[in-house]
Amino acid sequence: MDFLNSIPWFLMATSLAKTIFLVFLVVLPMVSYTVYAERRVSALIQDRLGPNRTGFPLTLLGFKKDFSPFLGGLGQPVADAVKFLLKEDLTPGHVNKPYFWLAPCLAMMPALVTLSAIPFGSEFMGVKMVIADINVGLLFMFAISSVGVYGIVLAGWASNSKYPFLGGIRSSSQMISYELCMGLSAVPVLLIAGSTGLSKIVDFQVREGWLLAPFTDGNLSLRELLLWVPVGVAFITFTISMFAETNRLPFDLPESETELVAGYHTEYSSMKFALFFLGEYTAMIAGSALIVVLFLGGWHVPFMPDGRAGWVWGLLNIGTFFAKVAGLLFFFIWVRWTLPRFRYDQLMKLGWLYLFEIALVNIFLTAGILALCK
Amino acid sequence: MVNVQIDGTWLQFPKGTKVIEACSQAQKFVPRYCYHPKLSTPGNCRMCLVEIGMPKMSPDRQPVLGPDGKPEIAWIPRPQISCAQEVSEGMGVRTDSAMVRECRQGVMEFLLINHPLDCPICDQAGECRLQEFSVEYGQGQSRFLERKVKKPKNVELGPRVTLDAERCVLCSRCIRFMKEVAKDDVLGFVDRGSFSTIACHPERTLDSNYSLNTVDICPVGALTSTDFRFKMRVWFLKETRTIDVNDGLGCNITVGARENKVHRVTPRENNDVNGVWIPDSHRLNFKYLTAPERITEPQVKGQAVDWRSAVAIAADLIRSIPSSAAAVIGSARMTNEELFLCKNLIQTLGAGDRHDVVPRIGEPDGILIPADRNPNTTGAVALGVAAPEPGSRLASIAAGVRSGQIRLLVCFEDATLLGLTESELARCTIIATGILPNATTRQAAVLFPSSGSFEKRGSMINIQNRLQRLNRAVQAPGQCRDDWEILRDLAVALGSSQKPSTLEEVFAKMASEHPAFAGLNLGKIGDLGIPLAGISAAPATATLS
Amino acid sequence: MAYTVPRPKLTFAEKIYLPSIVAGLAITWKHLKRMLTGQTKVVMQYPEEKWDAHMPEHYRGAPTLVTDEHGRERCVACQLCEFICPPRAIRITPGELPTESEFSKVEKYPAGFEIDMIRCIYCGMCEEVCPEQAIFLRKDYAITGTSRAEMLHDKTKLYEMGGVFDGLIHKWNPDK
Repeated sequence: MDFLNSIPWFLMATSLAKTIFLVFLVVLPMVSYTVYAERRVSALIQDRLGPNRTGFPLTLLGFKKDFSPFLGGLGQPVADAVKFLLKEDLTPGHVNKPYFWLAPCLAMMPALVTLSAIPFGSEFMGVKMVIADINVGLLFMFAISSVGVYGIVLAGWASNSKYPFLGGIRSSSQMISYELCMGLSAVPVLLIAGSTGLSKIVDFQVREGWLLAPFTDGNLSLRELLLWVPVGVAFITFTISMFAETNRLPFDLPESETELVAGYHTEYSSMKFALFFLGEYTAMIAGSALIVVLFLGGWHVPFMPDGRAGWVWGLLNIGTFFAKVAGLLFFFIWVRWTLPRFRYDQLMKLGWLYLFEIALVNIFLTAGILALCK
Repeated sequence: MVNVQIDGTWLQFPKGTKVIEACSQAQKFVPRYCYHPKLSTPGNCRMCLVEIGMPKMSPDRQPVLGPDGKPEIAWIPRPQISCAQEVSEGMGVRTDSAMVRECRQGVMEFLLINHPLDCPICDQAGECRLQEFSVEYGQGQSRFLERKVKKPKNVELGPRVTLDAERCVLCSRCIRFMKEVAKDDVLGFVDRGSFSTIACHPERTLDSNYSLNTVDICPVGALTSTDFRFKMRVWFLKETRTIDVNDGLGCNITVGARENKVHRVTPRENNDVNGVWIPDSHRLNFKYLTAPERITEPQVKGQAVDWRSAVAIAADLIRSIPSSAAAVIGSARMTNEELFLCKNLIQTLGAGDRHDVVPRIGEPDGILIPADRNPNTTGAVALGVAAPEPGSRLASIAAGVRSGQIRLLVCFEDATLLGLTESELARCTIIATGILPNATTRQAAVLFPSSGSFEKRGSMINIQNRLQRLNRAVQAPGQCRDDWEILRDLAVALGSSQKPSTLEEVFAKMASEHPAFAGLNLGKIGDLGIPLAGISAAPATATLS
Repeated sequence: MAYTVPRPKLTFAEKIYLPSIVAGLAITWKHLKRMLTGQTKVVMQYPEEKWDAHMPEHYRGAPTLVTDEHGRERCVACQLCEFICPPRAIRITPGELPTESEFSKVEKYPAGFEIDMIRCIYCGMCEEVCPEQAIFLRKDYAITGTSRAEMLHDKTKLYEMGGVFDGLIHKWNPDK
């Protein structure tokens, strides 16, 4: 009985509620609509319209008219999901079956797990809006997201065919290269905020102003002005590394269609393919959330009270956080439809010869400024 | 030999050569409508006008030589028809001078004055001399403003020939053919001037057995074959050079087929065999290939089975009956290769001398059709399937069947031709091949569907001891196979170690065993056939007249 | 022969890519903005909007057969279209007009005329080659069907789509 009493029931219930809210109500819909946004934005950039027709076929349910909401096409993600579920799931005869089945799960799961450490809001009805408020949050994120590469490598290996194999190999070397400079470019933030806990980093930014916009606390000291330079550099290198980590263009070499058919998921179909697809976009959301937390003040809105002042403000903070994430997602999409793909040697050169050194020097610069302006 | 200058080149031709032929041999084709090398020369179409010159003569009647040592030519200012002129020493011919071209254009314009220009409808389109020459010498448009002369269209000249008088250019080839070759002078011109037209004798019809040759030689679409009329445009037809199998002569023919359907048969020039003619009865005898009652599946006691089991059952039947009770009725319509395999089967069966072919003798018509109506009697005798006197053993075979002595008949012909009735046939076991059903195929224990003459390849020897070649014009329908394939499968089922997979292999084997074919193969036979030396002609009663 | 491509000398700004990336982003942003504000002309929304009214005279839609003003089939089954048709979509079965027919002077007509619209490539060669002005490419472009048989346009369907084409062809003038 002591055992039962020792279980923190309240904590468990709220954690479960937060998990369900975050995963099923926010992130997964966000993923599907990011795909939709990707198609619409790419279309608009290329002077097209994109999917603007798929409404909800209410006539099938006996209504007089189909419901095509504003702008149309909002039913597209639903239609895509139905399509993925109903498609024939082919498993080629020559694959390594256990790994072939494991790979899509490994692509999807780490991206979702990383979300657990993200503080996506201040406080709501007295509950902190983070699933696991661990004080090594950033390290946890890095650790888990690097597991994501296994999904791709396993897919490439298990498919037992040349294009997936090349895609998998490319992906692993790319991720290892860019993980380094991603970690290094996050160090200045840790130095400034003085913690690896993500909540603490956000709290610091609430107190002292966003790292990328130090004036949001109302004043701008010389120290903040000096720190702006390394923080800016860190932001750029971190964002570039994030692009590479999530296999987004201009670094989408693992699945470059022109060379590798579809890269590591060439042999996949139906829901297994969909898992890779969702995993990629979930990783994008997780990456954007991390950038928001590290550089853009997390859930903070300047000159506004936070969730302790009432549940309305709590909701507002959650909304703000995801609005910032959405903004970054748009940036991801925007960049994809602007830039061409890097050549593989250029990618490696950029990662090892430039970004890595810049991030390293940036750490000393930050430390120097911090020591100078003590 | 005389020296003739044609378009500036000096050539030699035998005396008596027509100028038009000399020009053809010099690769200078002169257009013509009325001229036909096998017919007399009336010179009435005026299309073959050329410029002709004779050697310039000095006052002492010696030809004046030019600087090149060749006689100088005095050109006749008036064009001459080349078809009625024979070459002579020192003659000059211009086939492509300005005057000649102008003459031809004028002739073409006159010929087209009353022409209905209904090429889209006309069956001759595509092989029409009027079309060909109007491309070369036509005006492109008509200057003729008056009304065209109306003439009868769609006239039944005879049971097989339809006349469209408006298209006629009055070349008189058909009239001359009927008079000179078919010896049945029923056609002629009636009326005068522009109204002149071809007509049949009022009390006669064009019903000669050679009437369709007039359609072949008609240079325009005036005479068309009623059978082929509006069936298919000629440019769709895939032409296969093969031979006719309706009589012992084996007329050389061209089979026109489209999409596996024979549409028409036309004669092919072979001056050693049939010239350029062929009887109507022979050329129209291809409808049986697509007859609805055609046997297309192997049958065992009337039930359709697959080839493998049909052959196995036939082999079992053959083994179950003692060889003294077996007889083979071969056919002089089979190719040499089939006869060769048939002879092997006779030996395997141990049929002794209980084998023969069914002779077909008719009245020779004195033109092309000989008495022997089987295409390969010579081959059947030479290869030993027929008795030395073909048909002489049939009576004893029939008697054997009646007495019950013969219990197994392998038939490549209808056995009722031996005088046997269907009920008598029912008493013995029959293994037969067939194209169309008859009494024998109905009584057959095992029936193999075989191919018609346009559906198979092979060689035959005609009554002149000429080895000629059949080619496949269409694929056999359903599961039909060539007789040689049936015989080969049967031989293999009966334990033969030889399994030729191509007709060429069969021919090579035959050539190695029969000295008459030594050194030959199907390719060497060629389209025109070759005379065989070491073989004696079958005792046929008819010869080519 | 080996030939060394001269590499351009890049400035520092070009080497770090970032200015060019920003410039590129600006270009795509401009396109996005113009689309959102409706300044860019967009493609036609097909089933709702159609171009039919602006179809040029020479538009090549589905091939059809036409009759003349007397209701006579213009086609005389010369099979030239069948011959010229590059994808072999046309199949004609020629027939002979019975002598009691009022058009018996023409003698020949198509007993069967089929165009396989799955094969048809709308090249218009049939129209061009036709000596009787019997086959025309109309402006029907949405040729659809739910089965292969439905896509095989037979004579009835072709005449239904083609309608009547006026004007006597000189050849069928009884006086000529």
